[in-house]
Amino acid sequence: MPVSDKRVFSLGNWTDPWGWGVSLTSSILAIPVLLILGSFLFPQISLWQHLADTVLSDYLSNSLILAFGVGLGTLFIGTTLAWIITRYDFFGRGKLQWLVLLPMAMPAYIIAYTYTGLLDFAGPLQTWLRATFSWSYGDYWFPEIRSLGGAVAMLSLVLYPYVYMLARTAFSEQSTTLSEVSRSLGVSPSKHFFKVALPLARPAILTGTSLAMMEAFADYGTVQYFGVSTFTTGIFRTWFGLGNGMAAAQLAAVLTSFVLLLLLLEKHSRRKIQYYHQGQKHQATPREKLYGSKALLALILCALPMILGFILPIGQLLYWAFKTAEEGIDKQFFALVWNSFYLAALAAIIAVSLALLFAYAKRLRSGRILQVQVQIASLGYAIPGTVIAVGVMLPLSGLDMALNGVSERWFDVSIGLVFSGTLFALLLAYSVRFLAVALHNVDAGLSRIKPSMDQAARSLGMTPIKVLKHVHVPLLRASVISAGLLVFVDVLKELPATLILRPFNFNTLAVRTFELASDERLADASLSAVAIVAVGLLPVILLTRVLDLPPPEWSESQGFGNRYQ
Amino acid sequence: MKNFIKVILVLSTVISGSAAAEQVNVYSARKEALINPLLNKFTQQTGISVNLVTGKADTLITRLRSEGKYSPADLLISTDVGRLYRAKQQDLTQAVDSEVLNTNIASNYMDPDKHWFALTLRARPLMYAPDRLNATELLRIEDLTDEKWRGRICVRSSSNIYNQSMVAALIEQIGEEATEAWVAGLVKNFARPPKGGDRDQIKAVAAGQCDIAIANTYYLAGMLTDKDQSIREVAEKVKVLWPNQDDRGTHVNISGAAVSKYAPNKEAAIKLLEYMVQQEPQKWYAQTNHEYPLRDGVQWSKVLTSFGQFKAEQVALGKVGELNGLAVKLMDRAGWK
Repeated sequence: MPVSDKRVFSLGNWTDPWGWGVSLTSSILAIPVLLILGSFLFPQISLWQHLADTVLSDYLSNSLILAFGVGLGTLFIGTTLAWIITRYDFFGRGKLQWLVLLPMAMPAYIIAYTYTGLLDFAGPLQTWLRATFSWSYGDYWFPEIRSLGGAVAMLSLVLYPYVYMLARTAFSEQSTTLSEVSRSLGVSPSKHFFKVALPLARPAILTGTSLAMMEAFADYGTVQYFGVSTFTTGIFRTWFGLGNGMAAAQLAAVLTSFVLLLLLLEKHSRRKIQYYHQGQKHQATPREKLYGSKALLALILCALPMILGFILPIGQLLYWAFKTAEEGIDKQFFALVWNSFYLAALAAIIAVSLALLFAYAKRLRSGRILQVQVQIASLGYAIPGTVIAVGVMLPLSGLDMALNGVSERWFDVSIGLVFSGTLFALLLAYSVRFLAVALHNVDAGLSRIKPSMDQAARSLGMTPIKVLKHVHVPLLRASVISAGLLVFVDVLKELPATLILRPFNFNTLAVRTFELASDERLADASLSAVAIVAVGLLPVILLTRVLDLPPPEWSESQGFGNRYQ
Repeated sequence: MKNFIKVILVLSTVISGSAAAEQVNVYSARKEALINPLLNKFTQQTGISVNLVTGKADTLITRLRSEGKYSPADLLISTDVGRLYRAKQQDLTQAVDSEVLNTNIASNYMDPDKHWFALTLRARPLMYAPDRLNATELLRIEDLTDEKWRGRICVRSSSNIYNQSMVAALIEQIGEEATEAWVAGLVKNFARPPKGGDRDQIKAVAAGQCDIAIANTYYLAGMLTDKDQSIREVAEKVKVLWPNQDDRGTHVNISGAAVSKYAPNKEAAIKLLEYMVQQEPQKWYAQTNHEYPLRDGVQWSKVLTSFGQFKAEQVALGKVGELNGLAVKLMDRAGWK
């Protein structure tokens, strides 16, 4: 957390409208999560007894194994890739540094479908093995893709870019002098990595890992398809199967508390250190050139996650899509593409604006209440979309009821469902669900701006607005853009909340894909799945351009001192 | 001033789309692809425009409930009876007395109080590999608990509503205790932990991982008529077996619909309901999605005909909805994932 210094920006005390605005916004966003936590006020003892006797231990262990498995998987893949790509130069590196981000555009449930198609007992690979060696069922061992391990693998393959992105930025910002000092002291490269580079990049890497773990906790599509009982499948089973919505909300609350724990751990791990940008003149770190077998090894290591997480599944999807393209592409299809696109773009803009608001509020005020409110609002990331959707629906419907009551009494007109029946509900749900993604990125960006820079700029006579414009905006640009693009991709892939809250006659690519896939018509679903990936690729490529920019901010910030003297 | 505000409010109502010309608003758990063609035809014939939201039945019910008396929804369409029952229990539906519905739908396929009505029938028989199993060995689903089927049965997760309804129907017909014993015996004979959907179970039978699957017929029919030849070949290795033909009949579920309690366009909703049981839509479902029609004299698809005639369970479907929660608990206890 950034150190707040009220002398830098003085915005008055708690009674000022700005403070109230921030507080009100964060309270609204916290309502859905609080509703879920509030379900404990209505204990469902006999149902919990049944759950505890039968399935609860499965839910618990599977969810934890899934989240920590995905945490380790993404940590390992993401950090390795980031290190190789920032420190070494080898054939193909230029292309690979952005190609490795591609799996981000692939929704987890879609990669799960395609791998099942390929690797299942009845799939082409095993069928071929049996035909070639004339084996039959039970004669040979083959890893079961639809298992807990398979789910960890699937989610790790599409979520590692979160870690990679943050780790790469962190590694490339480490000043060259660090590695020079290590070398001159005779520290081996691997020791430098573990003792210097990794600890310095820790906050960024842990942020990426915890985002991936939160995604894993909230995943429903993959585990449901793989038949793995986790908290999310349990929530739906309790709600739909046992018909007990209150107990389902309580299960969701338990899940939320895991995430709270995770966030506290992350915070705890960096409690003593404030990691700020060093502020020296940035020097492009010379990359060590690799040749021969070492270069080949680096190439294979970096290409492998991308091939497994993107090329293979997209190949399968394209194969299916070509077969169905003729009847699949019509006017309606382009409407779906447009709906998906503008909804995701709108949500990204809203989420980033909120994140900026909160990040600054936290920086400028040490108000405990505000911190807690923002923290609660950003818990939404780990709550399954369906649960969030209901948490959004209830208060909005209540609001609509009240409005209609008023308008009927005074004007004898009922105005219909202006909040709960429109895109407003959907955008609110996305904000609650994905605020954490935006906030993590913006926070990470902001925390690299030393408070002393603000003070320096202020002491040189800049107004707060000017400090914002000339110091913060250029320094934050990359974080803000990557926050927006991440939310964009996430919303594009989002399914459950979209399904529940969308207004009449409004469909998206994710909804179409789900409808066909859940009817087990994978081939028909592939066309819209490919479209999701294609629309999602756009921002991913943009993202790589952002990451690729040499940090220009340093030359600018060095220059401003002269300009504003 | 008051009038001015009123004009604004009316305008906003028109924009939010809850009071235009003749229209009907549908919350459908049936996927868009399997309802929209019919809705379009309905609009052509009657001039009533249809607004559609699709989704999972339970979430649609939750939405209906939270919207309360201002809900724009007129008709709730579900692909199983349990959800219709639940909507009625939550006081979200209303009774409909229609001559057309009464004459075309058998009484066990509608709510006793006429809150919901079946639109199509969906049978859940056994499917088997004829090269590894003789159909005469297996006459009743009760036989599935026999030791000789150890490690030979595939079925999807008990989270799935089709399995929940099947077990609930069994509870109603043979009692809770016998059903619990049956479920426990069945789970013992599973070839693998449940995973995937109905099509996956059929594929597993074709590939030899198991010999018997429990699945809805329209999945097999869909595979048999797939454009992809490899899928057709897989499906051709599997045959349908109608269990319990000499006693209570094979388990059947329904897709159905109910008019919502506060339906702003009740009459249009009833018209749509009545349209759905006519010859043409019934034939469309029988041909396009291979579901069984409600009424006689509707032509089945070729594949459905090839599966043969069968005797269906006569259990009152309202009971099945009522017993859903008990069925889930019972499957939890038996360890059916």
